[in-house]
Amino acid sequence: MLRTLKFALLASAIAVLSPVAMADTPKDTLVIAENIDDIISLDPAEAYELSGIQVLANTYDRIMRFDPTDITKLVGGVAESQTVSDDGRTFTMKIRPNLKFASGNPVTAKDAAFSLQRVIKLNKTPVFLLSQLGWTPENVDQMVTAPDDQTLVVKIGVDFAPSLVNALLSSVVGSVVDQKTAMAHEKNGDFGYEWLKTNSAGSGAFTLKAWKPNESVVLEANPTYRGGEPAMKRVVIRHVPEPAAQRLLIEKGDTDVALNLTGDQVTSLKGNKDVTITPSPQALLYYMGMNLKQKELQDPRVRQALRYLIDYDGIVNSIMQGGAQVHQSFWASGFWAALDENPYKLDPDKAKALLKEAGYPDGFEITLDAPNSSPFTNIAQSLQATMAQGGVKVNIVPSETKALLTKYRAREHQLLLIYWGPDYMDPHTNADGFANNLDNSDAATKGKPLAWRNSWADDAVNKMTADAVRERDEAKRKQMYLDEQKKVLDDGPYAIMFQETKQVATRANVKNFIFGPSADVVYYNLTTK
Amino acid sequence: MERGKAGRMVRQLASFCLTLALTFIGLTAVTFLISRLTHIDPVLALVGDKASKDVYDQAYHAMGLDQPLVVQYAYYLKRLVSGDFGVSVLTSQPVLSDLLRVFPATFELATVAIVIGVALGIPAGVVAGARKGSWPDHLVRVVGLFGYSVPVFWLGLVGLFVFYGKLGWVSGTGRLDVFYEDVVTPRTGIILVDSALDGDWDIFRNAFSHLILPAAILGFFSLAYIARMTRSFMIGQLSQEYITTARVKGRSFWGAVWRHAFPNIMVPLITVVGLSYASLLEGAVLTETVFAWPGLGLYITRALFNGDMNAVLGGTILVGAVFIGINLVSDLLYKVFDPRLRDA
Repeated sequence: MLRTLKFALLASAIAVLSPVAMADTPKDTLVIAENIDDIISLDPAEAYELSGIQVLANTYDRIMRFDPTDITKLVGGVAESQTVSDDGRTFTMKIRPNLKFASGNPVTAKDAAFSLQRVIKLNKTPVFLLSQLGWTPENVDQMVTAPDDQTLVVKIGVDFAPSLVNALLSSVVGSVVDQKTAMAHEKNGDFGYEWLKTNSAGSGAFTLKAWKPNESVVLEANPTYRGGEPAMKRVVIRHVPEPAAQRLLIEKGDTDVALNLTGDQVTSLKGNKDVTITPSPQALLYYMGMNLKQKELQDPRVRQALRYLIDYDGIVNSIMQGGAQVHQSFWASGFWAALDENPYKLDPDKAKALLKEAGYPDGFEITLDAPNSSPFTNIAQSLQATMAQGGVKVNIVPSETKALLTKYRAREHQLLLIYWGPDYMDPHTNADGFANNLDNSDAATKGKPLAWRNSWADDAVNKMTADAVRERDEAKRKQMYLDEQKKVLDDGPYAIMFQETKQVATRANVKNFIFGPSADVVYYNLTTK
Repeated sequence: MERGKAGRMVRQLASFCLTLALTFIGLTAVTFLISRLTHIDPVLALVGDKASKDVYDQAYHAMGLDQPLVVQYAYYLKRLVSGDFGVSVLTSQPVLSDLLRVFPATFELATVAIVIGVALGIPAGVVAGARKGSWPDHLVRVVGLFGYSVPVFWLGLVGLFVFYGKLGWVSGTGRLDVFYEDVVTPRTGIILVDSALDGDWDIFRNAFSHLILPAAILGFFSLAYIARMTRSFMIGQLSQEYITTARVKGRSFWGAVWRHAFPNIMVPLITVVGLSYASLLEGAVLTETVFAWPGLGLYITRALFNGDMNAVLGGTILVGAVFIGINLVSDLLYKVFDPRLRDA
């Protein structure tokens, strides 16, 4: 009795003290609920995490950009026009006149050159995007120059197709940093790095007002943005790690956008008039790696067989629930040069025949490493069940993602379930990741591409990658990538299964929230409500 | 006489300092060792999965990982003594400023939770113990069992769903509505205090409506524990002869319970409450995740999963300090409530 009374008292105290829940977010503020625990830096020469890149896509303008109104089109950002020399190695760009940084300083070719040089000299994670152009800390001052304020000259030391070079300049390292502001905060020759980790110095649609790790990112509109002042004066990205909480927030109208809803939450929101769900196909691929250090997996027929022991449609329908579509080649559907053939289906009989041919009529036992989070746990269980139909006994080894990656990079797995997102919007990025492996020794010094991690090296495929990157004829180049995807699809050490579909939930009054196929193409400046 | 007392105090102080130093050395050494034995590559947290070998090696070297473990540890202790906790890999901020940011959030939550736990748990436990086998006793047992067995994240989500989603009595996740973000002047980092100091009662109410649900849920779990312990202490005391004596001398039953038995359970009760409070101050990872509460538990957990050593060690030291501090306060309170300990 006493307790019930106290609970009743407490409940009424809560009711009295609480204000009536506010139904809407502020009119000129866009509130986004998202898991942003991956952000470790907001310096465009260092940031390489999805949430961080999304922020940078809005705080910095880039040399090249994807058109926010047609995100399949690569257009000039601060660069207005471009000419390429006959040998394809010198790019001369005109910078748009009268552009200003948020600080008020003019945007010049010198700032653009500084920004590119800075990436190379700081030598942080995303440096590989630009260093593959043959740039080093020693030569970059000669390779990237600004003869005058309106002209940027970019020389490359390798034979790369112009479309690839432009794709690289549209990635996060193509962000143009305000040299004066950055250098005003320089410490010990760091090009303003310490300061720019938590501040912005760009000419994007917004400026960074505050980043509180694991709490929020606050952006403020930049009135001098070349695309016009954004309708939203403020963007607040709140860290909400729990998807179920995101769902409640969007239902109640306490957030305008929710970005990490799970498939079943989206399904249950379908009937809600106040919430709009927009599917957006992503470039992210879910795949299973097969390590050739494992004797059984060295036989291509065994790898084929495993690809026939996956219930692709079942997983998409029952586990992903709209969060993915079946895609089996290494370059995501919807992009230039993607191979849209999905030849594999769950077919235990075919798999058994292949395994018999390979000398495993009774199957074998193998481990599968998988992240211990949704949806990977469920996918792993489905794989375990269908593999058993072919006699392959799978033991699932769940672990935390960072621990999983550590193991993967040491090539200590047998089968491993994980995802891969491209680094820029050109098929070379994934050809380089999935197919290229020039040094298959354990002590490989040139990074750890996925082919190396799975101990798969094929000289013919390496040559395909090298040839395609050089080809300047677009149609021919496209065919080369289609051929390479086919080859990896048949023979590679992967079972590529799905392409992610982001299901973006917005309040019904929110219009033009642009969520493109990658973090580079997320724009807040056109959003109205 | 006077000198003897002073000498004893000095000795006590010295032994306390020694215990303190040994505790911290042990704490950091074990944490350091464990973190190095896990299968997480700390460089990955900084450079990510796609960095080239060159960038990776540079970071590996900069983090001092190419040094022997003992050297790394000694180097860490040396910096620690000068008050430098190092920089967190994940937040790019000094660990000390990170802790000063996340700890007030946890402190605020834990304090309100323990107040709820004590205010409801102790009376409930006393009544249950005094009236063993009665319906209030059964009720306390059921509530206690519920508190032990229900997963906190489930209760958190259901609480959010009912009180925020359906009834609208409380606010949603986070510490404040977006309206009020960055409005309050951070003095202590405890929003209830800061807004009260500013005299801004709208923000106070808003912060309270964000706080009350997670605090009530955490409070419920300590309530369950405190009530159970109070109950068994009470049963122990009520079977003592002095209670019978008091009753024979004409004390009413409840008078004997509150005036005679209750003061005698204060000392063990302080231990129980102190430990509950300390474990709340460690931060409650699951509650903080569900309620997007930027506190210590979330901070340390994320650091652990990423092998962010400086942050893990800094957090561990803080938690250690909290436990030591609460033990100290408990010791002092023992003396207040137990006259026998006053001169010891």
